[in-house]
Amino acid sequence: MTDTKGQILGFVRDRYPQAEITESQDIFALGFVNSLFAMELVMFVEKTFGVTIPNEELRIDNFRTANSMSELVTRLLAEPAVA
Amino acid sequence: MTVTGVAPPAAAPPVPAAGTARVTDRRSARAFVDTHVAPYADAYDRAGRVPEELLRRVAEAGLWAPFLPPGAGGTGMDWVTLGEVHEEVGRGCSSLRSLLTVHTMAAWTVQRWGSPEQRERWAPAFAAGERLGAFCLSEPGAGSDTSGITTTAAESGGGWALNGVKKWTTGGQRADVFLVFARTEASIGAFLVPRDTPGVEVRPIDDMLGTRASMLAEISFTDVVLDKDALLGPSGFTAGMVLTGTLDLGRYSVAAGSVGIVQACLEASAAYAASREVGGTPLARLPLIQAKLSDMVTDARAARLLLAEAGRLKDAGEASTIMATWVAKYFASTAAARHASEAVQIHGANGCSTDYPVARYYRDAKVMEIIEGSNEIQRTTIAGQADRERTG
Repeated sequence: MTDTKGQILGFVRDRYPQAEITESQDIFALGFVNSLFAMELVMFVEKTFGVTIPNEELRIDNFRTANSMSELVTRLLAEPAVA
Repeated sequence: MTVTGVAPPAAAPPVPAAGTARVTDRRSARAFVDTHVAPYADAYDRAGRVPEELLRRVAEAGLWAPFLPPGAGGTGMDWVTLGEVHEEVGRGCSSLRSLLTVHTMAAWTVQRWGSPEQRERWAPAFAAGERLGAFCLSEPGAGSDTSGITTTAAESGGGWALNGVKKWTTGGQRADVFLVFARTEASIGAFLVPRDTPGVEVRPIDDMLGTRASMLAEISFTDVVLDKDALLGPSGFTAGMVLTGTLDLGRYSVAAGSVGIVQACLEASAAYAASREVGGTPLARLPLIQAKLSDMVTDARAARLLLAEAGRLKDAGEASTIMATWVAKYFASTAAARHASEAVQIHGANGCSTDYPVARYYRDAKVMEIIEGSNEIQRTTIAGQADRERTG
């Protein structure tokens, strides 16, 4: 597991410690996501990995699993910064 | 835009003192409030509005949206300092602080979620106070229960058609642009609606219990045609984040204003207790009065620390700021309501009159327990965290 996935999973598990969550599990299907958690999740990703998630990337498929969030971070880090 | 039901004000609010320095920190904010706001706040309360001259002074002081980056017309003020500034304004006048709160919510939402074109169009005008924003969420049948809102925004002709009624809109009588939350096919979206858009009707709401000068309104949107770019932020599952983030800042500002009310209660009560005698003894020497004053001192400091912690987490971009802000708002608003009641008690019959400001603090403080999420909602949310921690 990459460090990115591990940190994302750590954040989700910290918020929902009673749940067993793997890197490929759909957190939406598990019923964990409300608007408060979504906001916290996006803030965590932006703060932890030093990225700004543009509106067009705020799609459900990018946040379903730790895998998909990790891929989003990798993609954003690879893109040149836009002023 | 149509305005109906405008009643003549009881009396024109007084014009604040001349001369305005830029506000950059708590100290300059305190000086601004003591010169331009606090001496007139009771008169604003009675008039049911603040004068245009004060709104201009706020603009000259750079107070409308200093958190915006310099490129957008702000100064990049950090959130801790903004909390201190809003506390000082709240100490002087909760109605003016309420206007700052909703303007902050609109300006931040544009900056955080707007496209480059939207930011360019609105942010500089918000920063300069050339356009004042208001926040439209509550409806006649839905307040803290946001899932109950019925205002709709339907895609139409490449843009949007907005229909519904918003109520208790702070600043609605005066605002130039409304940040309207409406139900879309996918979720709840945020829309910027200029006041002069056809189909917008503003009806003033007067004679409220508290924040009487904050110029509340009920606003109807009837077949309001909006361009596609009226929508702010993403669509789909994250659209709710726009509302979450906007309300988070609203709570932060209300928490700050509540700290200001506690401080105002303390200052008024300490002054009164020092000068008023009972049987030849100043009130300040009576143990029961000392108990009230000591609790005001303690809660003012505690609430201020909770606010500063929430602000520090915002400045650091930490997700935990949202819960920290819930806690700060809950603590500060309940403290404000409790101490405003005690401030009136200390003042006795004088406290029930218009000769002293504590009656206004009492009425304003009650409002703080209701707006930006009632304290019952706050406690439910905070308890949810306790439950998660318990099962951790």
